[in-house]
Amino acid sequence: MNDTVRSLLIVFILLIASLSVAGMLTWVERRLLGLWQDRYGPNRVGPFGLLQVVADAIKLFFKEDWIPPYADKVVFVLAPAVIMLSVLMSFTVVPFSSSLGVVDLNIGLLFFLGMSSMGVYSVVLGGWASNNKYSLLGGLRASAQMLSYEVFMGLSVSGVVLLAGSFDLRTIVVQQKAVWYCVPQALGLFVFMVAGVAETRRVPFDLPEADSELIAGFHSEYSSMKFGMFFVGEYLGITLVSAIVATLFFGGWLGPFLPPPIWLAIKTFVIVCFFILLRATLPRLRYDQLMGFGWKVMLPLALLNLLVTGAIRLAMG
Amino acid sequence: MAKIIVNEREYEVRDGQNMLQAALSVGLDLPYFCWHPAMGSIGACRQCAVRLFRDANDTRGKLAMACMTPANDGTRISIDDAEARDFRASVIEWLMASHPHDCPVCDEGGECHLQDMTVMTGHNYRRYSGRKRTFRNQDLGPLVNHEMNRCIQCYRCVRFYRDYADGRDFDVFGIRNQVYYGRQFDGVLESEFSGNLVEICPTGVFTDKTLKGHYTRKWDLQTAPSVCVHCGVGCNTIPGERYGALRRIYNRYNGEVNGYFICDRGRFGYEFVNGARRLHHARVRTERGAEAAPADSDEALRLAATLLGKAKRVIGIGSPRASLEANFALRTLVGEGNFYAGVSEKEWRLARLALDIMQGSPAKAASLADVARADAALVRGEDVTQTAPMLALALRQSVRQAPLRKAAKLRIPDWDAAGVRNAVQEEKGPLYIASTFGTRLDDAAKRTYRAPPDDIARLGFAVAHALDASSPPVPVLPANARPLVGEIVDALTGAEEPVVLSGGCGSEAVLRAAANVAMALCRKGHPARLCLTAPECNSTGLALLGGEGLEPAFGAVTSGEADAVIILENDLYRRAGAAAVDAFLEEVGSVVVIDHTDGETAARAGVVLPAATFAESDGVFVNNEGRAQRFYSVMTPRGDVRESWRWLRDLALAAGRADVEAWATVEDVDRALAAAMPIFAPLPEIAPPAGFRIAGQRIARQPGRYSGRTAITANVSVHETPPPEDTDSPLVFSMEGYQGQPPSALIPRFWAPGWNSVQALNKFQEEIGGPLRGGDPGRRLVEPAEDAAADYFADVPRHGEPSAGNYLFVPAHHIFGSEELSALAPGIARLAPRPYAGLSPDDARGASLAEANEVEVSVGGWSGRLPVRIIDTLPPGMVALPVGFAGRGPLELPAWGELRNPRDGRGQAQ
Amino acid sequence: MLSIVKGLWIVFLHMFRRRVTVQYPEQKPYLAPRWRGRIILSRINGEERCVACYLCAVACPVDCIALQATEDESGRRFPEWFRINFSRCIFCGFCEEACPTYAIQLTPDFEMGEYVRQNLVYEKEDLLIAGPGKYAGYDFYRVAGLAIGGKDKGEGENEAPPRDVRTLLP
Repeated sequence: MNDTVRSLLIVFILLIASLSVAGMLTWVERRLLGLWQDRYGPNRVGPFGLLQVVADAIKLFFKEDWIPPYADKVVFVLAPAVIMLSVLMSFTVVPFSSSLGVVDLNIGLLFFLGMSSMGVYSVVLGGWASNNKYSLLGGLRASAQMLSYEVFMGLSVSGVVLLAGSFDLRTIVVQQKAVWYCVPQALGLFVFMVAGVAETRRVPFDLPEADSELIAGFHSEYSSMKFGMFFVGEYLGITLVSAIVATLFFGGWLGPFLPPPIWLAIKTFVIVCFFILLRATLPRLRYDQLMGFGWKVMLPLALLNLLVTGAIRLAMG
Repeated sequence: MAKIIVNEREYEVRDGQNMLQAALSVGLDLPYFCWHPAMGSIGACRQCAVRLFRDANDTRGKLAMACMTPANDGTRISIDDAEARDFRASVIEWLMASHPHDCPVCDEGGECHLQDMTVMTGHNYRRYSGRKRTFRNQDLGPLVNHEMNRCIQCYRCVRFYRDYADGRDFDVFGIRNQVYYGRQFDGVLESEFSGNLVEICPTGVFTDKTLKGHYTRKWDLQTAPSVCVHCGVGCNTIPGERYGALRRIYNRYNGEVNGYFICDRGRFGYEFVNGARRLHHARVRTERGAEAAPADSDEALRLAATLLGKAKRVIGIGSPRASLEANFALRTLVGEGNFYAGVSEKEWRLARLALDIMQGSPAKAASLADVARADAALVRGEDVTQTAPMLALALRQSVRQAPLRKAAKLRIPDWDAAGVRNAVQEEKGPLYIASTFGTRLDDAAKRTYRAPPDDIARLGFAVAHALDASSPPVPVLPANARPLVGEIVDALTGAEEPVVLSGGCGSEAVLRAAANVAMALCRKGHPARLCLTAPECNSTGLALLGGEGLEPAFGAVTSGEADAVIILENDLYRRAGAAAVDAFLEEVGSVVVIDHTDGETAARAGVVLPAATFAESDGVFVNNEGRAQRFYSVMTPRGDVRESWRWLRDLALAAGRADVEAWATVEDVDRALAAAMPIFAPLPEIAPPAGFRIAGQRIARQPGRYSGRTAITANVSVHETPPPEDTDSPLVFSMEGYQGQPPSALIPRFWAPGWNSVQALNKFQEEIGGPLRGGDPGRRLVEPAEDAAADYFADVPRHGEPSAGNYLFVPAHHIFGSEELSALAPGIARLAPRPYAGLSPDDARGASLAEANEVEVSVGGWSGRLPVRIIDTLPPGMVALPVGFAGRGPLELPAWGELRNPRDGRGQAQ
Repeated sequence: MLSIVKGLWIVFLHMFRRRVTVQYPEQKPYLAPRWRGRIILSRINGEERCVACYLCAVACPVDCIALQATEDESGRRFPEWFRINFSRCIFCGFCEEACPTYAIQLTPDFEMGEYVRQNLVYEKEDLLIAGPGKYAGYDFYRVAGLAIGGKDKGEGENEAPPRDVRTLLP
């Protein structure tokens, strides 16, 4: 077995795994939300309602795939593909163990930052191409939100980079053998989590969708599998951000007894659950609150974190 | 103009109104019951109470009835005043104390003036818990239903029935809280206008009995503006449809034509549309003598086209009851020279003559409103109550015009109905009636003259000669006519707006004499108007199209020239003798009949194509004064029914004719007609075009509250179908469309917020009792020539003495029964008399005949036995035969004929 | 900030609460008598209550009720046919509110799903029940002024004996 075949196999497995995880997450989220809201959630299709995912997939595939006559057709079709693509690309840099991973980039973290911000194009283009005022508003909000939160997302991970002395995610994980960065970088973790929620447009930062005011915002006009791709993109995004959080702050694959990828999966799953808990608890922010919070609270916090980390690092030599 | 102040706001109103009228005219809401714009105020119901102030400084004022307060300059009232408001609410509460709890089963519900007024005054809870008074109902015949419990004692019904329509058999009886409106005995209401009680009554005492059989609320009726087809007057109507059947006819106000009322024939004659004799599918007979078989429309069209294609010469027979468009389409298909009007020779001559008179005489044609305004009238010929009933009602109003002047001199305003009645008592204005025998209008006449048609004509010529010596003199005048001439001349010359009305009674001379009288009046500086009746709804339109009568059509076939005929909406057996029609149909070979109702002619046709009635088609009728009026389809037809002009177009297309290819809508036909004949040039402009929209919307035929649209056809299929397309008009078969006030020609119903009853009409008029907003619909096509230098008609008929044993048979028209289509309505049919031979008492005695005895009659090639009816007013030597009854061939009356008592066997009895 | 954490914690704790979901097909919920479900037409004293006044039809916001009034020889009015298209019905209960005779009533039955939409069209035979439904005792014709078979003028509640042209005078 040569390297090419091996990496192709990894790519393939990862693709299947991440997509099915994203699919399963729809079920997990609904069950968990049910759990936290004193009800059951989907429990009718298959054991524990597990086949709900299949049912939904079948439904999505067979729904009428409709393109509004007034839409910009090419962009409209392209937009959902962009989000899938950008999120899946980011997955390539996630290290599953010291040797397992699609690529081992020495600027892995930068690649992740770059790729994940590509995702906003999808939202903006989708909102624009729909030629619908609600979609456009959703797209506009998404772009402003991304621009703001992108800034301190980058800044928040700078602490980790300073401590590890590398952009390479494997190096970062290995550096956490002694102590997870969630301890020295607690503030960084908090800022990164907030930015991550905003990046994935989850509650309480789901302003681009805002069902109650923008009737699903940028994807109002999407139906069938194109809508499904936005949907899958969102869940992939959650998984990705959770995996990155686990990697940067919770020692990635590190852990006793179990094989490394399992450890990463467990950590990722816990963080995903936390995302869902957030959704179950918090109401949506107002737009001005969102921007104010980003620029007036999170940015200074991120800078502070960077400053202190840098100072300590300097002092410790 | 007077300036009035209502609720501290100033309004400009026309002088001479009362405050109620004025307030309603400027669009304010004020409840009322007893007042009616056509009948004035009596201040009986106390419902329109307002606070009346002396001047701007008067802060206390007093309660006054708006309907009894003249709208003088500076009159100041408050409608919103709290005390006035309470007063009005308590009046309603009293009225409602005994009002039964049966709105759900009341036919008036949903269009009830009492409901509207109760809501308007704000009374909503019954405090009275005592016993309610009840009344037994009367059977008032097959047309009007009586439910006395619901009465609120507003007196509107008696005021209309007795004071306006001069009915005698209906009155108010009783005292205190037991006041009964009805007849002395149960029985059919005699007045020909009794149906208006349905609209007049502010609640459900009088309702439409024909509607009861297939009851539908007003909010569920699909309606469209239409025109009555049952006589030549052309009253505007609102037919209502539900579930594919015509449910009722309501009056559609037109200030120049029918105003607030229509006659019973027009209101109740509609049921022929739903009748068992309606044709819904094509019928073909492939071989002579074979049984006619139903066919689909394509097959029938193909067969018709083959029949017509094989023919040497195709002639077309038009119809006075078909629209202008249908007749023109036929004329286009067969060619001008092959188009024949489908009426008897005599009727055709009369129609053409009437048209010539209208175009040549300096006297303008009189509309119904003109007749009602006239202060002297001369009626000549037939009984207008029977042939053109609304004209009779208008004449009854004209009789009040001269006495009104007297009341005006006493400073009694014309709306003060009780005051005017007191002032004029029994006085009547000049109305002279010359007829063959007594008419239903005689009670309103100042003097009547009964004579054979020729003598009626001679009286007319004599009047004309007395007016203007240059008109031809009448050598010998009967003694009883001589004093009349002077009196008539005095009355006509003394009047400001005299009108001469003539219904041919089958005699051209009578028409000519009427024309001479009108012309003489005009020449002598009295601007008289002339009103000539037309027998059917589009007789005048057909006359305008030209062509020849039925006899030349028969001639064309007997001479062997023509061997195919298209008969349009016409039963020839009603137009000519059965023998002649039999021979004609036998000889012609190919017969294509386009009609909506099965008849003897259709039974003999090779191809029968089912046509649409007025309720299912769009088109134009021209009424007796030459007014072109557009009517719109109320419903989509069942089966293979198509509008006649569409059948004719399809026949023309099948024959490869290129000139009709552009005929997609009725407007295209109108444009072609306007281009072909200059007299019809205004046709495309008489109503808004099909592309007309208000705020981008078509006008909705269904009210905004139309119910059941997702359930009506759900038994057939739960999947709803889109509403039918209408390419011919700006109306739409849906509730989704404009619901406000459209242009007057397109008003599908009278409704305004808060006004669900017919009284909503107030909101559609420029001012109360005036024209509809934007002018009354319809356009007069026939106007007198500018240089009215036409000569007097000179051919004065000679006085004819009857030869021994010969009787002059004259036509007797009946409002119920004489007209073909309305007679098919069950209610009307019940009221139609049986065929009879009317004899004068002297003649009956002479022949030793008594009422109901059989008599043998032989006239105009027809003979048969008829029961005798003794008519007191019939001059000796004349026999009256009812017109248009089944079982007796059509006759060209008046004609000389014989009469024999079958029992005495002595031969002629005289 | 603390409140958010507290909120998260409280929500998290809900994991251990009892579920409130009613597992419907196995577990039937209690439906109040005034529950707005399948529509019926009631009878009183064995006679149809509906007088075909069309008020339910006009009140219906989705226009799913259609009927035709007719009369028997005694003047009693009733619907010749009465149709409700339940595929359109939104069970708003306006028809019941509009009904002046308590004829049309909504019942606590909502299990009327069909695989064929056409089967959701109910005719009068499908709607009529034998009894008075929720409202016993009210008979419209007892209080209405109209005379019908078995009840002449003046025999209703609070009615004076009837007068006619001959008996008018006091």
